[in-house]
Amino acid sequence: MISHVDLGTKYLEDEPRVDWHNKAVFNFRKKRDNTVKSIPEWEDLRDHASLVKDHVIAHMDEYLMEFEKKAMANGVHVHWAATAEEHNKIVHSIIERHQATRVVKSKSMLTEECGLNEYLEHRGIEIIDTDLGERIVQMRHEPPSHIVAPAIHLKKEEISELFNKELNTEKGNYDPTYLTRAARIHLREKFVAAQIGITGVNFAVAENGAIVIVTNEGNADLGCHIPPVQIHCVGMEKIIPRWQDLGIFVRLLAPNGTGQKISVYTSHFCKPKPGSEMHVVLVDNGRSAQLKSTKFRNSLKCIRCSACLNTCPVYRRTGGFSYHTPVGGPIGSILMPNRDIKEYKDLPFASSLCGSCSDVCPVKIDIHSQLYKWRQEIIKETGADPSKKMAMNQAATVLSDPKSFNRWTRLMRFALKKFPRWMLYNSFNTWGKNRELPTVPKESFIEWYKKKKK
Amino acid sequence: MRIALFIPCYINQFYPNVGIATYELLSKLGLEIDVPLDQTCCGQPIANSGFESKAADTYHHFVHQFKSCDYVVAPSASCVYHVRKHYDIIPQTDEVQHIRKNTIDLTEFLIDVLKKDDFNTWFPHTVSIHQSCHGLRGLRMAQSSERNLPPFSKWEDLLNKVKGIQLVKTTIADECCGFGGTFAINEEALSVKMGKDKILDSLHTHAEYITSGDMSCLMHLDGIIRRNKYPIKVIHIAEILNTQL
Repeated sequence: MISHVDLGTKYLEDEPRVDWHNKAVFNFRKKRDNTVKSIPEWEDLRDHASLVKDHVIAHMDEYLMEFEKKAMANGVHVHWAATAEEHNKIVHSIIERHQATRVVKSKSMLTEECGLNEYLEHRGIEIIDTDLGERIVQMRHEPPSHIVAPAIHLKKEEISELFNKELNTEKGNYDPTYLTRAARIHLREKFVAAQIGITGVNFAVAENGAIVIVTNEGNADLGCHIPPVQIHCVGMEKIIPRWQDLGIFVRLLAPNGTGQKISVYTSHFCKPKPGSEMHVVLVDNGRSAQLKSTKFRNSLKCIRCSACLNTCPVYRRTGGFSYHTPVGGPIGSILMPNRDIKEYKDLPFASSLCGSCSDVCPVKIDIHSQLYKWRQEIIKETGADPSKKMAMNQAATVLSDPKSFNRWTRLMRFALKKFPRWMLYNSFNTWGKNRELPTVPKESFIEWYKKKKK
Repeated sequence: MRIALFIPCYINQFYPNVGIATYELLSKLGLEIDVPLDQTCCGQPIANSGFESKAADTYHHFVHQFKSCDYVVAPSASCVYHVRKHYDIIPQTDEVQHIRKNTIDLTEFLIDVLKKDDFNTWFPHTVSIHQSCHGLRGLRMAQSSERNLPPFSKWEDLLNKVKGIQLVKTTIADECCGFGGTFAINEEALSVKMGKDKILDSLHTHAEYITSGDMSCLMHLDGIIRRNKYPIKVIHIAEILNTQL
């Protein structure tokens, strides 16, 4: 079974790359800090955002119904998908009805989660990701490694090589402007030829049935304005009650994610263009099951800003792919076990529980506490490997019994003092692989204290 | 005021000087200090591994050991945080609630309870502070860099009063050292890399010492320092505060 430990350890073998990745990702955090510190009401915004999201979680059914009613009144077709499979089928059926074969898509972690690209490709449909980072990883037949910067794991030299192969750019030209222009020309052709545009959605406003999409490249706008049919795929937790709530989230999202004051495009789509069709697919795919769990429902508050990834000392050093899921990093580690506790049982352990994620979260999800709670749930539900279980049983006995505790700790000190190095440092001693064990003092604190008290 | 010391298991066995410094520092302030001899551990290693339910006996034992004192003082923010935050799975009797409320980290105890920050000490060295995560974000002993709130640091408040000391700032003020309890073993390669980065960040400031209120972080860092022969040492904050003028 693949695990974060194995994938992360492998990634760590290339230390210069790890250092580069660490720095590249932390750069978002630095920019974020600069912008956030210029917003005096920041902590109030977080409080408000958290309250709005708590409210939405408690009334999600009502707001979804309201959204549907308002959107339909605007002339939008609204679909409900219980599962990823259903979502893919709905999208495919719309494409099929229009006898379309060329589709452009702007960034959507939801369609990654549902495996939409593969589903459509198997059915002979060309689906082109139009976010530059997503297009790059799509050309490489890779998933995104970061929810906001999908190709953050790649250096410009690697992208240059890829474009040389795929887009026939000059070999050895690493100039980002040159490469971006080449991608732009390539993507323009795809936009103009597209029959259908698909987008992800940042916010769905219940009050008036509008959807809001935030991008930096304007690719969602081109994808909606050029083709005659637009499809918006929405995870149902994206719902917010009112227009005025949107202001809070827009003020939080870009500053916290990338350090921009606001994203380049914040686009509102309310009704179909004259003579065209607009569809919204509302997707459950495990979300309502998660809503039932009082312990774990609040990760549904996430607005996918990516700040918890950018701040995470683990994510930065092991890369997005070490999480073996479309949504990696701390938020992924508390979302994914809701979907499949066995498959993702390693993720809540891929953390030192430093808590930086919780403090950086714009909607105040207690991410590190959730990680701790997931650990308990995982051991209860999936068990532990026998050696770990034995060690923990042993520890539980020893730590609650002072006599055996003293015997154990004395024995440990004796071993550290008397045993030769080869007996202490071997394959059983994981600590000592790259670290020295503590040096042993002549007496313990308690021994010192007893003497003093005599 | 009845004060009891909780000296975490690894400090008792490997770093008795940290326990002694804590004891002497509080004694010098004229406090009567009790050290229950049957104390063991707060149970955090078991609970963080996902075996919280098995830690209940250890929690009960801890409460039983310290129930008769007003404050349980520990030179370890991480253990204190665990008692305060995670002893919620055992029945919340008056005793348990009392212990959860009054188990306190040494630095917090000096600043918040005794309201004392000057110990007339002399430590003529360059020092970088490792703000341990459980002290920083768990017990809120300093402002974390993520939040847009006025900065403060109880560790700095104490160390600023030490004569001769030069405090230096690392590039990332509050990056985790990578210890994380059983994380240090489960994610060995990652844990060591985080520790190494933390040390290199301190080395760039030309610090002679890394200090912290958490000896467990320092044990991990010290292990990496000695293996790689990095020219820097670790020292617990209690040891600095207990140096004589």
